[in-house]
Amino acid sequence: MARKSNGGIGRRRMLKGAAGIAGAAVGSGAITGFPVIWAQNNKNIVLRQCGTGVSAINEIAEKCKADLGITLQMTALDSDAVVQRVVTQPNSFDIGDIEYWMIKKVFPANTLQAMDVKKIKLFDKIVPIFTTGKLKADSVIAQGTAPSTVSFVEGAGSTKFAKGQTQWFTAVPTIYNADTLGIRPDLVGRKIDSWKDILDPKFKGKTSILNIPSIGIMDAAMICEAAGIVKYGDKGNMTKAEIDKTIDFLIKTKKEGQFRAFWKTFDESVNLMTSGEVVIQSMWSPAVSAVRGKGVPCVYQPLKEGYRAWGGGLALAKHLQGAQLDAAYDYINWYLSGWVGAFLNRQGYYSAVLDTAKANMTADEWGFWMEGKPAQGDIKNPQGQIVEKAGAVRDGGSFYDRMGAVACWNAVMDEDRYMVQKWNQFIAA
Amino acid sequence: MNRVKSWVTYLQVAPLALVFLLFLIVPIATIVVVSFFDYNTTQIIPAFLLQNYEELLLSPVTWRTYQQTIQFALITWALTLLIGFTVAYFVAFHVRSPTMQTVLFLLCTIPFWTSNVIRMISWIPFLGRHGLANTTLMNLGLIKEPLEFLLYSDFSVVLAYVHLYTLFMVVPIFNSMMRIDRSLLEAARDAGASGWQTLVNVILPLCKPGIAIGSIFVVTIVMGDFVTVRMMSGGLSASVGLMMANAMSLLQYPAAAANAVILLLLVLFIVAAMMRLVDIRKEL
Repeated sequence: MARKSNGGIGRRRMLKGAAGIAGAAVGSGAITGFPVIWAQNNKNIVLRQCGTGVSAINEIAEKCKADLGITLQMTALDSDAVVQRVVTQPNSFDIGDIEYWMIKKVFPANTLQAMDVKKIKLFDKIVPIFTTGKLKADSVIAQGTAPSTVSFVEGAGSTKFAKGQTQWFTAVPTIYNADTLGIRPDLVGRKIDSWKDILDPKFKGKTSILNIPSIGIMDAAMICEAAGIVKYGDKGNMTKAEIDKTIDFLIKTKKEGQFRAFWKTFDESVNLMTSGEVVIQSMWSPAVSAVRGKGVPCVYQPLKEGYRAWGGGLALAKHLQGAQLDAAYDYINWYLSGWVGAFLNRQGYYSAVLDTAKANMTADEWGFWMEGKPAQGDIKNPQGQIVEKAGAVRDGGSFYDRMGAVACWNAVMDEDRYMVQKWNQFIAA
Repeated sequence: MNRVKSWVTYLQVAPLALVFLLFLIVPIATIVVVSFFDYNTTQIIPAFLLQNYEELLLSPVTWRTYQQTIQFALITWALTLLIGFTVAYFVAFHVRSPTMQTVLFLLCTIPFWTSNVIRMISWIPFLGRHGLANTTLMNLGLIKEPLEFLLYSDFSVVLAYVHLYTLFMVVPIFNSMMRIDRSLLEAARDAGASGWQTLVNVILPLCKPGIAIGSIFVVTIVMGDFVTVRMMSGGLSASVGLMMANAMSLLQYPAAAANAVILLLLVLFIVAAMMRLVDIRKEL
């Protein structure tokens, strides 16, 4: 059942009005960035949040405690561990900070509950990638597990993903970004503009891709497609034949000695790049910043085939109810109200509600991170360290340039089981 | 009288038996049971299928991975035995003062005061393309191009294994050697045996239990390892443990369980073979 957006807005506005009169939570003020007084009846509430390391940030927990009174206990796990935790230990967390490809996998296990969009104050301000799937009206939904395809379920308590928008939202987006290859501009010695450049014999023994099967296969697919090795129907949901071709090609490339290593964690990718072991490899945006932070030149190179995108969101555990559930909604509403968004944007990620984040950033910060403009002054990260000097321009340009050029989302395939077997074969080869 | 006695005996073994039952038998039984289950992306489904074993045993990847793992275990075993025996021999027979023996023995254990992982990872900057080893060799003019095989190769994996696990060889062999009656060595010399003959015909046979215990430690650890292989090979090599870790990370517990059962059988077989060759009880 599609949600009638008109009715929804009216209802929400009314709720906002009521809240304003009560003086408990002036949600509407958040949009313009004025200080907000949040409900303070959450003093004794503890929410246990487990998720991937990228968004388990202590500053957010501290600010949340100060603003809302809610104590956030964050556990940072790797992607695989998050999936396991959500499915096998559903009572060990209250809020799951999970990625969209995981949602496709874990939501049907019935350990999470969909949230009521009417309780999410800024729902209509959420970037449409996560609702309609279209960044702009004329955008095409990218391949893979596009967030919009797993954002809604058919009803409260349902685990069946809905085709269009409904009132029941699986996860409120936290962080998302567009990934590409990182390069050492001082060592590659040529122009890099395609995923297939990683196969250049010049870089023999100096390349790396990541060894997380579900993400690595996507990077591999981008490379194979660019090199004309395989033509995919849907990179995010390959057939067995496509998987075979992709892995066979990877094995051949590996045997020829093209790869120096495969990395699995953030720090490994940083070390490979800083030490000069590799000059071109799969990378995550903050890893590029980390390499630069060590004074080593590194570029997050935009490529003509487009980006591989990923995103995560906050999902509620099935067992949440009563005051804890209310607190979880307060937390989510606070998350979208701007401070967190600005914090995340300053790390080079993107946040769910852009207007509120903008209000919490300086014009220069917004211009640099989101509009692709040259920095007027020094650009600092949330911890206050200078990450870019005046005049710098973000690799890949503006938010719309980057998120508008997404070729594929991280995905779970129907042939998952087969893919992992083949991936093991690749690693063992 | 007799009946009471046997009742007391049972009572005395009960605590240990219970501990073994709870923490050894039950988990292993669970693994065996789960290895026959079915699974999909999100669930494991109770069933009795042979599919997990079929997929495992019929795949050439499995055989190659097992072969690779056994190869790692064999090379590591040979090297740790050689080094471990030499070190133990030196400390036990060449060093005369008991104080010095204790000091040297403690010295061997010092690296073990820090974490396993740290000791392993510290090799990475040392062996890297622009690492200490390559830089030194190049500055000395011994090589022109950095040696790439030093890191992210089977060489670095074995190096880390040997570094990490030699002590497991040193300790039991040293222990065996210290128990050797020194008069046996004198008798050998009086009978006209050379140093080498004494080593081969007297010391080595008497060290067998120590060697067997050390070998069991090293072989079982290497057979089950997945971290060292992943870190030191840069993900380029696989091991049986890594295969299981990959399967578990995708919630494919039954597949991992089937693999665990096979690995367990293999390792049990190896240990049983060693026990047949050497009577370890002599040591205990």
